[in-house]
Formats: sequence, C-alpha cells, structure tokens
Amino acid sequence: MWSFFHKLGSPPWLFGIAGSILRWLLPITLVALAVGLVWGLLFTHPDFRQGNSYRIIYIHVPAAVVALAGYYVMAIAGAVSLIWKMKMADVAMKACAPIGAALTFIALVTGSIWGKPTWGTWWVWDARITSMLILLFLYLGVVALYEAYDNKEAASKACAVLSLVGTVNIPIIYKSVDWWYSLHQPASIKFTGESTIDASMLYPLLLMIVAFYGLFTCCMLLNMRAELVEREARTNWVRKLAGAGARR
Amino acid sequence: MHPIRKQRLLIVIFVVLFSSAAVGLVTYALRGNINLFFPPAEVAQGKAPIGKPIRVGGMVREGSVQRSDDSLEVRFVITDFEADVPAVYVGILPDLFGEGQGAVASGVLNEEGVLMASEVLAKHDENYMPPEVTDALEKSGYDHKGNAK
Repeated sequence: MWSFFHKLGSPPWLFGIAGSILRWLLPITLVALAVGLVWGLLFTHPDFRQGNSYRIIYIHVPAAVVALAGYYVMAIAGAVSLIWKMKMADVAMKACAPIGAALTFIALVTGSIWGKPTWGTWWVWDARITSMLILLFLYLGVVALYEAYDNKEAASKACAVLSLVGTVNIPIIYKSVDWWYSLHQPASIKFTGESTIDASMLYPLLLMIVAFYGLFTCCMLLNMRAELVEREARTNWVRKLAGAGARR
Repeated sequence: MHPIRKQRLLIVIFVVLFSSAAVGLVTYALRGNINLFFPPAEVAQGKAPIGKPIRVGGMVREGSVQRSDDSLEVRFVITDFEADVPAVYVGILPDLFGEGQGAVASGVLNEEGVLMASEVLAKHDENYMPPEVTDALEKSGYDHKGNAK
C-alpha cells in the first residue's frame, strides 16, 4: 500500500503509468464519444415540446457534470499537495484547471445557445447560470494565479488554497435550482426516484457523461505528462526519453 | 500521521469549513436577491414592490391568454395555483410560451396589481420525452408529468 504512494511520488514512474493508461483509455473514450454523439444527435426522438433543440443536452449536461466533478479532483489534489507537500499532486492540480475551464465554457456557451430558442434570451442572471460563471472564473483564476508566481512552491500553495475555498461553489451550483427560484430547470436525472427524462433519451446521455469523464481523465494525464517532462527536463530519465524519441 | 501534516490537514479543513460558513451566511442574507422571480403568492402577500422592476414567475393559467386583434399586445395570467397575477405584454413571445406552461415575466406592477411586462421568458421544466410517449400518455388520460387528468 505505502509503496504505491511512494511510487506515485516518482516522476518517471508516474509518466510511464500515465502513458500506459492513456494507451487504452484514449481509444475507448474516443469511441464512446463518437457513439454517444451519433446516437444522441441522430438516433433519438425529438422532444415533445422543444423539438430538436433539446439535443444540445448531449453536450451541455456532460460538460457541466464533469466541470463540477473536475473541480473536486483539482481541490483534492490541492489539499494533498498542501498537506503532504507532494509534487505530483501539485502537477495533477495544475493539469485540471485549464480542462475544467474549457468544460465550464462549453457548458455556458451551449446553455446560452439553447436558452435563446427555449427561454427567449441568451443570458439571464439566475442562480445556476451566475454560479456557473463564478466556476469559470475560479478555474481561470487558478490558471492565472499559477502563472503569476516565479516560485513553483509558492504558486502551488496559493492555487491549492484558492481551489479549496472555491469548493464552496460546487454544492451551490448543484442545488441552486432547488434552493432558489431560477429560470434553469431542476435536474432531469435523479439519483433518488425516477428520472424525468425518457429512457430512450437517457441512455445516450449517460454514455456521453461517461465519455466526458474519460475525456477529462485523458486530457489530465496528457497535461500531467507534459508538465512532468518540463519540470524534469534536466534529469537523466527525460534525457533518455528524448534520446529514445529522437532515435526512433 | 506526522504532527506537522496533521496540523496542515486541520488548517485545510478549517479553511474549507470557514469559507463555506462565510459564503453560506452571505447567500442566506441575500436569499431574496438570488431568487430570479417572485411567485404570484408572494406578490399577493405584498412582498413585491409596486412601481419597481421585478420578475414574476409561474404557470400561464389555462385559457387566460388573450391576443389583441390589431397589435402585438398579449394579456395573460401568471398563477402558482395559490394566487394570480395578471400581466400585459407587447411584443413577440418565445416559441415555448403557452397556456399551462412555465413563464417568467419581468416588468413593473401597477397600482391595480397588473404586471406591465417588458420581457417574457418561457421556463422549461425538467421533463424530456419523445412525442410518441406524450401521445400515448394523452390517450390513457395522463398529462406529461404522469398525473391523472
């Protein structure tokens, strides 16, 4: 058990294991994304009131779900790097931020595009949408804060604190539609009780959510590998790796 | 666990709990402002200010929509089945606006308690289903929420 944690702290080992996870996870994710998109966008029935415009759910909901979950991944990595001073946790935290920002941005933009034909407006300052915008700023804040420091240790400390404080926002986003009167509808997929989305529409949506989790993991591992090589550029294992790449 | 790490863990937990409490208190204090709209029941209780821009949200009462013959004026009633707020709007309504559907109207309440709306938004609910399913439900005497008619 402990040897696993010690190995996690070793950059070459982490680089290798990330590579071997990517080798099978990336193809599976891409296939799941392709199948989910074609299934959701072409082979489901139109909605009884929204017609075809509801199909944006197959991008909007997965992006939003993974943007929220990804924030917890970032905050937990931040906490580990604060408490145990683990460099690799710091690498993981830094890798999450730009992906989370991109997913949040996708959720906001697709929501806006759906809002125009459905609600009659591109944007409204309701609790769900505003708290989601704050999430985007939190992610961008972590990216910017990291770049603002020359010293990596100080940067990771500041970013870890920011991401930990920001976790407050996640339950607010999630429960905003239940706590306040908002224009955004409550969740259709329910953990307790029956979902209010028809099963024929639900299955491709669940597949897309799983695919987006896979996409997040793949992007995070790719980011981590790039960061590891950059940080360890002067060590023997990276030189060996670069040499092997050049010879190939 | 090493005492220094334990101390750091406690600090992390403290930061998260303290900031949650702070944000919780702020959102509790601002709860009236975070709500996007007033339900008609609160308007009836006089909680909504008169002569100031507000939003009222609820269901459009069945059979209440009256369109003018010679202008874009529309009159309808917003209800939460406890109280009603009549509204007047001049302009183009969103496609999903309809009787028995959710809507949020922003405008100003006049002295008679009529909302002079400047913008009307349709509110979609969380029910998604293909038209075939709703047809089947209609035939068997249920609405799209599965309630008996």
